[in-house]
Amino acid sequence: MYIVIVGGGDVGLSLTRLLQEEEHEVVLVEKDPERFSKLSDELGESVIMGDGAELGTLLNMGANRADVLVAVTGTDQDNLVICQIAKLIYLIPRTIAKVNDPKNEELFSSLGVDATVSSTKTIASLIEEKIDAGMAIPLLAFKEGGVEIFKTELSKESSLINKKISKLKLPQDCIIIAGLRGNEVIIPRGDTRFREGDTIIMLIRKERKEAFKRLFLEAV
Amino acid sequence: MKVVILGCSRVGAMLATGLAKDGNEVAVIDSKESSFVRLPKDAQIKRILGGGVEHDTLKKAGIEEADVFLALTNSDNANLTAAQLVKQTFKVPRVASRIYDVQRAKAFEGLGLDIICPTVDTVEKFQQFLKSK
Repeated sequence: MYIVIVGGGDVGLSLTRLLQEEEHEVVLVEKDPERFSKLSDELGESVIMGDGAELGTLLNMGANRADVLVAVTGTDQDNLVICQIAKLIYLIPRTIAKVNDPKNEELFSSLGVDATVSSTKTIASLIEEKIDAGMAIPLLAFKEGGVEIFKTELSKESSLINKKISKLKLPQDCIIIAGLRGNEVIIPRGDTRFREGDTIIMLIRKERKEAFKRLFLEAV
Repeated sequence: MKVVILGCSRVGAMLATGLAKDGNEVAVIDSKESSFVRLPKDAQIKRILGGGVEHDTLKKAGIEEADVFLALTNSDNANLTAAQLVKQTFKVPRVASRIYDVQRAKAFEGLGLDIICPTVDTVEKFQQFLKSK
């Protein structure tokens, strides 16, 4: 894959190294001359100097054939505009932005950024996971429709075990899409019964997340 | 008319002062306290310290009831982000942004944003001057 990374901070640098190790073609863009010269000592020609929000910068590096653009500068407005230009002008199929203020996440996805990464939110959810009895681990959030996919392991106290799925009192707008028992994948049907230690994967509407959490904290 | 202006730049301050004089309700947002010195001391203008991509700051400036939002910081990207946020989230009816970079201005005009590009305007003024002899 050809991957363009904008923003040569710690995240951009580590990401470039990691993706190069995986044999991807990676170009890192850095605006600040001082930081650029430091980066080019280490990365050679893989780093170019320029403003990723300027159309010319991206054109010069052949951004129109890029598969992915990642915007990881320190400011949200730069990351948003860079991703929008990548999508609009260079038709890059996938754009990923770092979001510093979690409040901006929704705006970014509604304006076409394919995926957002918020370290604030990730850390917060890791803390919550520790506190929650039922460890509900978010796997995937969709841009459309406000739904998320979670996985969780069923403990022996869970009210979900040893009962037919058709008899379970699941919150509204929540379905179990698969179960995992060791290496076996269980496609659930009405008469499926889960056991202690099974992992279940659920699709849930975001606004029902609280009901979902309750189910795992109290009833599980 | 209720107007929120982002950026107490020279243009922002002058616009705000004029609009307030004409009897409009004006609020100006800037991230630097020192920028507000550009406003006349006795001007009836609300001064809000903060950034234009912050929901709380925008609300303090009265964005929820605003008729117009003008993005006039010196950063194109800050203006574009704030303008889109204000249109999308706060449904402000009239929104315009100053964008210096011509290509970026064109790209976002294509997205339906109202943009004023001083670079193009200045070039035109100089061209007129050269033609006029």
